[in-house]
Amino acid sequence: MRPRTKRAVAIVAGVAALGVAVALVLNAFNSNLVFFFTPTEVADHKAPSGRPFRIGGLVEAGSVVRDKDALTVRFRVTDTARTIPVVYTGILPDLFREGKGVVAQGRIESDGTFHASEVLAKHDENYMPPEAAEALKRAGHPIDKSAFAGQKGKS
Amino acid sequence: MIPELGHFALIVALALALAQVAIAFTGARTGNSALLATVRPAAIGQFVFVAGAFAALAYCFVTSDFSVLNVTQHSNSKLPVNYRFAATWGSHEGSILLWALMLATWTFLVAAVSRSLPERFVARVLGVMGLVSVGFLLFILITSNPFERLLPAAAEGEDLNPLLQDPGMVIHPPMLYMGYVGFSVAFAFSIAALLEGRLDAAWARWSRPWTLAAWCFLTVGICLGSAWAYYTLGWGGWWFWDPVENASFMPWLVGTALIHSLAVTEKRGTFRSWTVLLAIMAFSLSLVGTFLVRSGVLTSVHAFATDPRRGIFILLFLVLVVGGSLTLFAWRAPRVGLGSGFGAVSRESMLLANNVLLAVAMSAVLLGTLYPLFLDALGMGKISVGSPYFDAVFVPLMAPAIFLMAVGPVASWKRAALPELWVRLRWALGVSVVAALAVPFMRGKVTPMIVFGIWLGFWVITATCAQVIQRLHGSPQPTLGGKIAAQSRSWYGMVLAHLGIAIFILGVTLVKGYETERDLRMSPGDRVTLAGFDFAFKGTKQLPGPNYSVVQGEFEVSRGGKPERVLYPEKRTYPVSGQTMTWAAIDTGVTRDIYVSLGEPVGDGAWGVRVYHKPFVDWIWAGCFVMALGGLFALSDRRYRLRKQVTEAATPAAASASA
Repeated sequence: MRPRTKRAVAIVAGVAALGVAVALVLNAFNSNLVFFFTPTEVADHKAPSGRPFRIGGLVEAGSVVRDKDALTVRFRVTDTARTIPVVYTGILPDLFREGKGVVAQGRIESDGTFHASEVLAKHDENYMPPEAAEALKRAGHPIDKSAFAGQKGKS
Repeated sequence: MIPELGHFALIVALALALAQVAIAFTGARTGNSALLATVRPAAIGQFVFVAGAFAALAYCFVTSDFSVLNVTQHSNSKLPVNYRFAATWGSHEGSILLWALMLATWTFLVAAVSRSLPERFVARVLGVMGLVSVGFLLFILITSNPFERLLPAAAEGEDLNPLLQDPGMVIHPPMLYMGYVGFSVAFAFSIAALLEGRLDAAWARWSRPWTLAAWCFLTVGICLGSAWAYYTLGWGGWWFWDPVENASFMPWLVGTALIHSLAVTEKRGTFRSWTVLLAIMAFSLSLVGTFLVRSGVLTSVHAFATDPRRGIFILLFLVLVVGGSLTLFAWRAPRVGLGSGFGAVSRESMLLANNVLLAVAMSAVLLGTLYPLFLDALGMGKISVGSPYFDAVFVPLMAPAIFLMAVGPVASWKRAALPELWVRLRWALGVSVVAALAVPFMRGKVTPMIVFGIWLGFWVITATCAQVIQRLHGSPQPTLGGKIAAQSRSWYGMVLAHLGIAIFILGVTLVKGYETERDLRMSPGDRVTLAGFDFAFKGTKQLPGPNYSVVQGEFEVSRGGKPERVLYPEKRTYPVSGQTMTWAAIDTGVTRDIYVSLGEPVGDGAWGVRVYHKPFVDWIWAGCFVMALGGLFALSDRRYRLRKQVTEAATPAAASASA
């Protein structure tokens, strides 16, 4: 091969490899996006039924019920307008409390209950999980101060 | 008084940084030797004042001066003294000050160590670093003054976030920042070289030790953060693809590409433009990371800031630095030249492929980290990108890179022959395939991913061993000791770092493939068996702690009826903030960790309990430390230290003096 043809082949091969890599990345990206819905949207059947999504809001006070002999816990998530029943089996994060913000990932089953595969706690006590704050805002109840457990002086 | 002195020291430091920039660039342009001689003192003075400001803030924290707002919000007089000190960087303001201190430290080191480099070049390097420093000092003084007073003073502080009350907090942020900010040196060297229009082997050789040092710090910093998450969050994971983790991982990926690209530029003169681009990218990603973590756009364990002014400032700064340096690059890089060519199969081509793979992997992480933020900022809804995405992308991108990593050092520069590579590596390939099949069969579970991961790990080890044997064999020295001593430290460093990657891969594969975990409800007296270990829950008791109260569980672990260990996981409650923290009990071993953590009380004295058996998990961090050790070895190579004598010998005066 002449040097010029050789260089062209190398460039084409490089671009093809890069194209494959980009396609792979975008495909993986697309199939792993998790969308967020508020309890009101879920109650209005706007959330997908076959695909996992996230729900956020407050853990309704007095709604947490534990199973007698397993680690299954049931509670309701509210955006102060509508509530969605949630069931979760496993250990809840340290920041999970009644009346506080929560975000759960899972899917809605035919019984209308949200089966959570994960209850998230990637926020510290000073802050509301952003999704939970969003849910309250959309429901017309922008963040209630008491939802910020241990809210610090400066605001 | 002390806080005001600290604030004043920051203002002086800013003035000195401005002076440093002005003097450096004027001196470099005019060649005025009086000006050039003033750049170093200005840089050292800037360091002294930033260090003074930092010491003042640390003093306020250690002495619990609650008339300082920052101290009141992030410390408490009951906090043990080491955490009061570490709380200095536990807040947004404090961590930005730590950033500035690290930058000043690197500037100081460049000023102190680089006496042998051409004066004008050093002046430009210090000028660029001074510009970055001006940006950060302005940021502190305008938006994040750590010395703001609180009048009247508070009686007691609000406490440091319990998650941060950990030995990891004392060491992880300084290491990580030292790494992040260390890339500013490689960046400054590149910008200075672009300004001078000389990107040659000498420039690459000057940049290499600095880049390696930053890379070592970053590697250790990320590793410590991962280990910290493993034992404090109580989830037993070691990497979550959390945006904050990604923010530190992206500069690491590009930094890894950069140290390899610099090696090629030094040895062969090729890849020059690409090397400069990587240096710009590595530092820009450090700034992106700072923006992500510090601007409050993310809300996670690490993000304490909520003030939008800060985000806008960092974003503007980012645009200036990235935009300015890329413009300079576009303007100057075409003049730099491409260097010599190389064949399709050669060490250069493999290093280039690896560089591109690392860059693509970094882009994939960047996409997954930033895309949700863009959508959110545009009001198009909230989404999240979970770890399945990153896992799905990372394995196929990194697998070829790691395969080539083992082949590259064996291949010759310029042009390598495939048949020769086959002869050199066929034993390595055979041994690694056998090991990849034998290990999973011995452990009793075989999946394609496990076999592949173990093969990849062993492939790196065996190919590296083959390379070591062939290299020593080819050495002209008569004795084995002589052969070993004849090799350069930078070569040993590479061997070590590559072995570190292999240890890391084996750790990840074995823990992902063979870990077992159970979440269950246990009452006192209950037992559970996991991976041959028998766990008996004895009950819990209340204990006092230094600044928290503890509920401590007791688990007797036995194996085959023989008692092995008693584990005491804790649930800690911090009365000041009202937070609870899970403290896992871990029995660490070379081949496995046993991990018990308490969930929450579920009634009638029963607890939610999480029990893990994690084989070879510690190899993950051991591998990272071996990598960093390899970096240190390479850093101590003689040719970086000999530089000075060589340069002196080149000047007539020194040559006659030594004659």
